[in-house]
Amino acid sequence: MVTETLLTWIARAISGASVRWVESQPDTCQRVYFANHTSHLDVILVWSALPTQVRRLTRPVAAKDYWSRGWLKPRLAKSFNAMLIDRTEIKVHQSPVDLMVREIGRTHSIIMFPEGGRSSGESVGEFKSGLYYLAKKRPDLELIPVYINNMNRILPRGEFLPVPLLSSVTFGPPLWLEANEPKPDFLARAREAVLRLKEV
Amino acid sequence: MNANLLAFVGTVLLLLGIATFVGQWLRKRESPALDRRAIESFNSRIQAWWFFTAVIVMAFLLPGLTVLLFAAIAFWALREFVTLTPTRIGDHRALFWVFFFFTPMQFLLVYLDKYGLYSVLIPVFAFLFIAARAAVYGDYDRFLERIAKVQCALMICVYCLSYAPALLYLRIEEQSARYYPAGMLFFFITIVLASDLLEWFWSRVYSRHLIAEKIDPVMSWEGVLAGAASTALLGVVLQWASPFPYWWQTSAMALVIALTGAAGSLTMSAIKRDRGEVTSGNFVEGHGGVLGRIDSICFAAPVFYHVTRYFFGVA
Repeated sequence: MVTETLLTWIARAISGASVRWVESQPDTCQRVYFANHTSHLDVILVWSALPTQVRRLTRPVAAKDYWSRGWLKPRLAKSFNAMLIDRTEIKVHQSPVDLMVREIGRTHSIIMFPEGGRSSGESVGEFKSGLYYLAKKRPDLELIPVYINNMNRILPRGEFLPVPLLSSVTFGPPLWLEANEPKPDFLARAREAVLRLKEV
Repeated sequence: MNANLLAFVGTVLLLLGIATFVGQWLRKRESPALDRRAIESFNSRIQAWWFFTAVIVMAFLLPGLTVLLFAAIAFWALREFVTLTPTRIGDHRALFWVFFFFTPMQFLLVYLDKYGLYSVLIPVFAFLFIAARAAVYGDYDRFLERIAKVQCALMICVYCLSYAPALLYLRIEEQSARYYPAGMLFFFITIVLASDLLEWFWSRVYSRHLIAEKIDPVMSWEGVLAGAASTALLGVVLQWASPFPYWWQTSAMALVIALTGAAGSLTMSAIKRDRGEVTSGNFVEGHGGVLGRIDSICFAAPVFYHVTRYFFGVA
């Protein structure tokens, strides 16, 4: 509780983020927030941009190999209730998507970064298929595109000291998987939805 | 605190109260003859003025806290400035030092009254350091352009602004009856903000020759000159509260502040225009744009400080 508040404040102070909801409203219904990924702070940033009520129900998806190393990272991951997904060992019936579906149950929302890894920040990379399979298994989830601007300058790849510039987090209107929509089309549409938020 | 100064603060607060009242009254009136944007612009100026007045009234009690507040403003302005300026990963480490070493250090030195150090910390040490640190990274693409941007950001947002709280520590030749450190800062801020308002007012009343239409569609030669003249006149009227001994000195100082302040807001507009609509659109929106509010102070403060120091200062 205290760590949560503290983390939120630190994340906001470092990123100076202005949060905008474009054609979209915060809601406690089950959602998947999917964002472009440019820095290690993205997870905390999107999470702390949500209103407290929503944040309590939202679990960021994070890579197990990165977040379980060392002393600090597992504790941080725990305090923002992260869902650690093993991306190295994938077993049958234990695929990341199965795990996510099981973990969120009927109450939680998740934050994910469908690009897989961090991009350089100038462009948004192609989306991995996880978002598609998740939407297929749980077609009732609202898929909210999120665009994170300028974080690649605040904490670029390979740097460990942040420079406190101003960034912005933009939440867009929800989308759903259409009936019989092919995977590549859906993923391209989702990526477009994130990119469009760059312009508004 | 002497009676004159108290009366001065009282007068400014009274005028601000009246201006706020008028601004709010105009805002509520529904009339097509009124220019909405002009009223909003007027009100935001008044708000900034209230803020600075509060800061300086605090300075009478706690000078250190005022330095800290100006440091916070500088930090935020620098943030806005660098956000608007494209930098590359090669500048990252240099920027880290700019934010976490040079900015706090500058204001710490102002607080400790180390003029010999803070007057050169940024123009000499930071200036060279930024260039060297970026060179060490090894990215030479648009090198000069990039380091110039960081240097310029640090100079304007931090170095220039730090001379406003430095006025609190400026000792001038004995005019003991009327001199009070916080009074100097109060006089300075009052004149800057008044000249800003007067120039804006005259530009709206009568403007024929725009200075640079593409940069600022309102600011005109007539507005600036009439504004500066009326500020000088205001200086004469305010002689009883001024830290300077003769009316013509006060008036000349007011003129200097008005002209440099106008130059400051024009220059800052040029910088923002250069960065295009990115400015208002994505980042600074909702944060009120600190940079736009302090532009005239940034330019007027170092000039006013040094002119005063040269003519009236004691070693």
